Amino acid sequence: MPPGEEILVHARDLTKRFSGFTAVDRVNFDVRTGEAFGFLGPNGAGKTSTMKMIACSSPVTDGDLSVIGMDPRTQAAQIKARLGVVPQTDNLDAELTVLENLLMYARYFDIPMSVARPRAADLLAFMQLSERAKDQVEPLSGGMKRRLTIARALINEPELLILDEPTTGLDPQARHLLWERLYRLKQRGATLIITTHYMDEAEQLCDRLVVMDKAKIVAEGSPRELIERYSTREVLELRVPEAVRAGLMERLDGLAERIEELPDRYLLYAADGEQALEQVHAREIPTESALVRRATLEDVFLRLTGRSLVE
Amino acid sequence: MAAIAVPNRRTSSAIAGAARVLQRNLLVYRRTWRGSVFGSFLTPLLYLTAMGIGLGSLIASGGSTVLGGVDYLHFLGPGILASSCMQTASFESTYPIMGKISWRRNYEAILATPLQVHHLLIGELSWIAFRMLSMSSAFLFVLTVFGIPRSPLALLAIPAAMLTGLAFAAPIIAFAATRHNDSGFAALFRFVVNPLFLFSGTFFPVSQLPDAIEWVAAATPLYHGVALVRGAVLDTMPATWPLHLAYLLVFLGVTAVIAERLLRRRLVK
Ligand SMILES: Nc1ncnc2c1ncn2[C@@H]1O[C@H](COP(=O)(O)OP(=O)(O)O)[C@@H](O)[C@H]1O
Ligand SMILES: [Mg+2]
Repeated sequence: MPPGEEILVHARDLTKRFSGFTAVDRVNFDVRTGEAFGFLGPNGAGKTSTMKMIACSSPVTDGDLSVIGMDPRTQAAQIKARLGVVPQTDNLDAELTVLENLLMYARYFDIPMSVARPRAADLLAFMQLSERAKDQVEPLSGGMKRRLTIARALINEPELLILDEPTTGLDPQARHLLWERLYRLKQRGATLIITTHYMDEAEQLCDRLVVMDKAKIVAEGSPRELIERYSTREVLELRVPEAVRAGLMERLDGLAERIEELPDRYLLYAADGEQALEQVHAREIPTESALVRRATLEDVFLRLTGRSLVE
Repeated sequence: MAAIAVPNRRTSSAIAGAARVLQRNLLVYRRTWRGSVFGSFLTPLLYLTAMGIGLGSLIASGGSTVLGGVDYLHFLGPGILASSCMQTASFESTYPIMGKISWRRNYEAILATPLQVHHLLIGELSWIAFRMLSMSSAFLFVLTVFGIPRSPLALLAIPAAMLTGLAFAAPIIAFAATRHNDSGFAALFRFVVNPLFLFSGTFFPVSQLPDAIEWVAAATPLYHGVALVRGAVLDTMPATWPLHLAYLLVFLGVTAVIAERLLRRRLVK
């Protein structure tokens, strides 16, 4: 097979149940080497449960799963040796320093100290943490802890890096730095699996993604494909005075391919948003504000589930 | 048992994996050892001075037959050694283990690597064994300063005290694996550890107790630990020593298997 076509993670009817409750319901997906593959979905969709099965830290309830050509049921330790895992909540060793966290983690992988030391130094430099090498972990900022967790996940030079909500809870600056580092990793040929409920994160980082909702995968494709398939190119967001809302859907009829009525605004899906806005004005519909923007994965999710990604 | 990762190398991998978990605790200990070593010398010093000499002076010297013909100081010293190991091992098996399970989730991080639950358990037990080793060595040194040991056989008190500690560590780790907060630990110390400290032959021979309580005491590991440690230190090893030893080993083995099961149930979902 040519590079990039090899399948690293293969799931068929993959299912996870917790004492009767189904967290992941017969999902199918394939992750290829060298791609950044996303799981986009709101809280409780089953993203973490899926990641834990891939990471072999949670047993598969039902269905088929293969990771790097191996079976998590019987070869968990061999698979884990070749994975990097960044859990949703950091679990750094608070009793060790930044550098010790990396060195000790290397020892868990049975990596000799002589190899671990230079590798840890490289990773700290890459994650811009070199100055903090001798510091304790606790006083680090959220963004730094996250970067250290990613550095730790890279200590065994994994073939597959699993990131569960890598930037949730971080401020915008810290998020952008992380995205930039992850993008660099991707360029070096790393295979990434990323879960997120931020559509901008999915659009920025993922070559392909699945949209997950209520334990199921509801759509799959590249961000561009998904937007083309489930949305229009542009969206006109309208806010109108309260008094105008009654009967407004009829007045807007025909101005867009599709119109969503949200509690605080209307979304008009149209190939040309400006033109739709002109027609709104032509029909003398009073507006408080109007914004034409490109369609995003948020619109795809809204279309598929009738709800927003982040409540 | 869950899937065994490397069947042909299971034993060596179990030791190597557990060694990493031990290594991690030693790395942390490098920063805190001074306080704990200081305590290892201070505890016996305080007990032997206050109770062995202070209280012991009120007890007929020359030793009553009940005490096996020795001074109270000599009777008490090895008993406190065994009990201190029980207390330290018990403490190490409660809050620190709970912290690694749920507060700091160290185990979650380690289980994302090729290490498995039995490595965690064996590693933690090895760590506690190391603590028992350094504690009981310091303790034996203080006993020697007080002139208590009667022969080189006293050195056997060290492995006996380690085994006593481990026989508490394994069941208490099992207990900790079932807890979702630390409220059970205060009860554990109040209703199990401290009563055993008082009634398992540390301060007076269990034979002084009513028969029913004597049987209860004899069913707990501390009683057997005290018997072995005292026998070694005073060179009065009872003929029943193989029974005491077997009891402690079986108790440790069975509770360690239970601990592994409960840890797995807690950590692998
Ligand atoms: N250990 C567990 N026991 C019971 N239910 C769980 C457990 N872990 C997750 N769940 C449930 O499974 C569902 C999916 O959770 P999760 O995979 O964490 O979703 P996401 O990561 O997309 O937010 C949620 O309803 C959650 O409450
Ligand atoms: Mg999650």
